[in-house]
Amino acid sequence: MNILVLIKEVPDMEKVRFDSDSGRVDRSSAAAELNPFDENALQAALDIKDGRDDIVVTALTMGPLGAAKSLKDAYARGADQGVLLTDRNFGGADTYATAETLAAAIVKLGGYDLILCGEKSVDGDTAQVGAEVAEVLNLPHAYYVEEILQLTENKVQVVIENLCGQKQYRTMELPALLSVTKNISRPKLPVLDRKLESLEIELQTLSLRDLDISEAEVGLRGSPTKVSKIVIPEEAKKEGSLYRGDSKEFIIVVSEELSNRGIIAR
Amino acid sequence: MSAYKGILIIAEQYLGEIHKVSYELLNKGKQLAEELGVSLNCLLLAPEGVDSAQLNYRGAETVYHMKSDVFSLPEEVLFKENIVGFINEKKPEVVLIGATNFGRSVAPRVAAALKTGLTADCTDLTIDEEGRLVQIRPAFSDNLFAHIKTIRNPQMATVRYKEFKEAEKNECLCKNVIEVPLICKANGKSVIEKMVSLGDVDITEAQVIVAGGRGIKKKEDIELLEGLAQVIGGRVAVSRALVDAGMASSAQQVGYSGNRVKPKVYIACGISGAPQHLAGMKESGLIIAVNSDPSAPIFKIADYGFVGDLYEVVPELTKQWSRG
Repeated sequence: MNILVLIKEVPDMEKVRFDSDSGRVDRSSAAAELNPFDENALQAALDIKDGRDDIVVTALTMGPLGAAKSLKDAYARGADQGVLLTDRNFGGADTYATAETLAAAIVKLGGYDLILCGEKSVDGDTAQVGAEVAEVLNLPHAYYVEEILQLTENKVQVVIENLCGQKQYRTMELPALLSVTKNISRPKLPVLDRKLESLEIELQTLSLRDLDISEAEVGLRGSPTKVSKIVIPEEAKKEGSLYRGDSKEFIIVVSEELSNRGIIAR
Repeated sequence: MSAYKGILIIAEQYLGEIHKVSYELLNKGKQLAEELGVSLNCLLLAPEGVDSAQLNYRGAETVYHMKSDVFSLPEEVLFKENIVGFINEKKPEVVLIGATNFGRSVAPRVAAALKTGLTADCTDLTIDEEGRLVQIRPAFSDNLFAHIKTIRNPQMATVRYKEFKEAEKNECLCKNVIEVPLICKANGKSVIEKMVSLGDVDITEAQVIVAGGRGIKKKEDIELLEGLAQVIGGRVAVSRALVDAGMASSAQQVGYSGNRVKPKVYIACGISGAPQHLAGMKESGLIIAVNSDPSAPIFKIADYGFVGDLYEVVPELTKQWSRG
């Protein structure tokens, strides 16, 4: 069985700085790292693999050459191999162009039974690429998957956390794409020797000319959506009242406020 | 491009009830339709018995009801096939879908099938001088807002729930429901075996929320929050930390990786206020925070804060308010 995990490299959101005057994200202010939601998707694949040789876990990412770092991270955590999809022409892609490019790469790699991705990325934050890839490849998909109950040679049964206010149990034919929530797995840290090994491994690289897709369909050119403006709001700060010590005054003020709002009776 | 005209709202229904996000979309859609001088219509995929005329009373000129029992089970490919078929026939210039879990799961498939763009999770929509839709959405974990335009048709967006007011109901408006035939009856590659109620844990509709975080030491102590929630008619929610600790279910989690909530009152107990948590609740009407650390970021967005032990303050509040 071949499991493909779609991963993305994102800036460390705890550190990245935003300039509200220029409306720019200062990407140099924070190191790039594996998208936290993707750690759960990768771990879910590794939990299925559970050391078995007949299950191959491949991490695939699209990004600049530097994104090799996240593929090596994936290897260190236990993935069998990594594929880097990189080309100057891929830059500036929106979710649709990204999905078209990833789908072309998946067709090129071939032979996948299960494709996993994280719920969303912490930078783009759209949660769209997974379902768009599934559509381009004409595969069934499920979002918000919290558990994989059963995986056979041609079927996968999953639990979807919340769809239309219900928990849903669904069985899909393989190949299928699953977007998983943080509840599906507990990501483990890489072990040292695997981490050292990851520094040496060869990654497969694919560029535009390796794919059955034209220049007009990828990157900024292939993107139907265009960002016209970025607005960075000033950090919100309220002029709230802070009480300490004796709680009496706090309770009186808060009670007054809640009764004014009709939450508690006077 | 000019062949595309009008605004289409894809209405959503849960177990036969029209979801409120549809009424919110009709409110915003009406504004956009007036500005563009075009019609505002609705597509509803739902079984018999769903009161589709409600969408007329909230402003849809025509409600197209694709009526079939198959739509009582939410499955993306089935819905996508039918929505895409409808859009290809009617050619609306703008298609809006609620950014609910199902909306977010089905909309990308629809957009990709139409080879058009989709803007996720919009918080505002306007029309530019050329009559194109400006889609405004937060990104980078809510740190910035991007203004996005789509150069193809239809222009598609999902819109956050509770971002706009519901369109007011006016029963004087004409009932105008047209039944339309199904294009696809099933997706054979995907079978829904069962759906189970999540129980009484929906925190997104609560007007009052009492939330606990890392300051809660053990599972039993959540009862303290439940006691307080009970006397003020609220629901209990938690931060990610308590879900990770196995003390609460993720259905109760507020935050970037959980639920976004917007209650009238949010009482944060022992929550420090990491950005991930704030992203899920900072738009609450009134924020009250209790935390032992005076430098906790939650106090920056709180209207009223108390530096102290939640184990003392929460029972006091409960006692005080149960007298009312």
